[in-house]
Amino acid sequence: MERAGTHGEMTLTGEKRDWTHSLQDMRQQAAIAAKVFIQRDYTNGTVCQFQTKFPSELETRIDKQQFEETVRTLNNLYAEAEKLGGSSYLEGCLACLTAYTIFLCMETHYEKVLKKIAKFIQEQNDKIYAPRGLLLTDPIERGLRVVEVTIFEDRSLGR
Amino acid sequence: MMTRKVRKWEKLPGKNTFCCDGRVMMARQKGVFYLTLFLIVGTCSLFFAFECPYLAIHLSPAIPVFAILLFFFVMAMLLRTSFSDPGVLPRALPEEATFIEMEIEATNGNVPAGQRPPPRIRNVQINGQIVKLKYCYTCKIFRPPRASHCSICDNCVDRFDHHCPWVGNCVGKRNYRYFYLFTLSLSLLTIYIFTFNIVHVVMRSVNSGFVKTLQDTPGTYPFMLVCFFTLWSVVGLTGFHTYLISLNQTTNEDIKGSWSGKNRVQNPYSHKNIINNCCEVLCGPAYPSVLDRRGLMRDDLPVPTSALSIVPGLWLLLESSYGAMFPLQKTTAPLIPNEHTPDDAKPSMADSAIAHAEKRSPSPREEKLPSLPKSSPTLTKVPPLASPETDAEASIIAKDKAL
Repeated sequence: MERAGTHGEMTLTGEKRDWTHSLQDMRQQAAIAAKVFIQRDYTNGTVCQFQTKFPSELETRIDKQQFEETVRTLNNLYAEAEKLGGSSYLEGCLACLTAYTIFLCMETHYEKVLKKIAKFIQEQNDKIYAPRGLLLTDPIERGLRVVEVTIFEDRSLGR
Repeated sequence: MMTRKVRKWEKLPGKNTFCCDGRVMMARQKGVFYLTLFLIVGTCSLFFAFECPYLAIHLSPAIPVFAILLFFFVMAMLLRTSFSDPGVLPRALPEEATFIEMEIEATNGNVPAGQRPPPRIRNVQINGQIVKLKYCYTCKIFRPPRASHCSICDNCVDRFDHHCPWVGNCVGKRNYRYFYLFTLSLSLLTIYIFTFNIVHVVMRSVNSGFVKTLQDTPGTYPFMLVCFFTLWSVVGLTGFHTYLISLNQTTNEDIKGSWSGKNRVQNPYSHKNIINNCCEVLCGPAYPSVLDRRGLMRDDLPVPTSALSIVPGLWLLLESSYGAMFPLQKTTAPLIPNEHTPDDAKPSMADSAIAHAEKRSPSPREEKLPSLPKSSPTLTKVPPLASPETDAEASIIAKDKAL
């Protein structure tokens, strides 16, 4: 049953995304100064990878190494999700034999890694980005096209 | 203002139909899909009803058992192909669209007045080959490699293969393997039914004569004729897709000749090894849907509480119906099914302008309220959102097609 509430409302499936939206609601009280979009990097094909190039808008807010480290970890996680190897082939063949009905009860490897990614982004937001007035949006909410970085107005510096 | 919770699928743009509260996603035209269902179920029912009892007794009970298993596999694959999200890419939110526009403006520099700006193409290097990424005016994104816009469903689909009316859905990254397994298993089922039908007729004819056999079981023969003709087309299709899979190509790329002939650009996605290509396409990881159809979102609706507030609502309705009666200029040239339609460019400019001006929460809220034809005056720094009429390449394509 859906529970009524103000912020942090639970969905029927208790999805993490509503938590992120309530976090964004709270952050709305700080005005959004700009948004930066980190694009996909297609040099290795259609695997999900993001560009590690440091955007100039973030120069004043965060350390370049820190940011590149975040994106690199993200890229590694997505590479793990899309890895073609023994385990993914086994999963594919097993699923085929059961006419893919096994996915009704079992989570795919990709979905497991997506949960890991969601946790990683939340962690990064809490520890590193929120104190600097930034917010990373999980790329899955943007169709795995971009990593959206919201830059909030820095009121603490009296701007 | 009343706020209600809706599922995200109710607000998704595009021409899909959703069932079971967003769990099922199909194209709008489903007539041919129902025909497919009827043919498969009809043929198999007649086979099970008229021929299986005889074959089970006189040959082996394993024959109908295997037929039933194969039938269920075919149906499972068909429904999986038809009902799943093919890999639709969600459209860019206003901020992202604006960001991309500003990047394009920065790249193009100052275009002299009267001259058309250059076509919107981004060159990327993939595995050593230069691939051009096209800009989609409907979805306001640069399409990822291998993605294409389906004009029937009005969505950009990742690794777009083709739009199949027989399954009533697009075939893309997420459901290509189910589609292939459907055609493969359907070929096997058709061959199986056809073979055992012939065996049945021969066995009965040996016992009681050919004419009497035809008189005993008249109902099956129209469907056997259907079987015979579908056999060739389905087997042919399976063969074609097997060829595509071994080369890691899509139907779309094959039709356009992207990796063959005078272009001389080799397919950068192929592993150059048939087995690796097959494994990647058929046994690769199961990609999740990025659409989040069943997520909840807030939908603010203006609710008229008194007679006075009905008047602005009526006025809005009149404006929208005026807009519908006199639609903005559409291209009348016939389009290839997987080319983008520039129809939505102008109305969505007003939509995104209003959304940007209001500056509500960053969560996606695509309102289906009728958009006012006049654009909002509150935008200042945002460059004018382009439409295909101002883009050189798209207008050239439209001209070519009109000829």
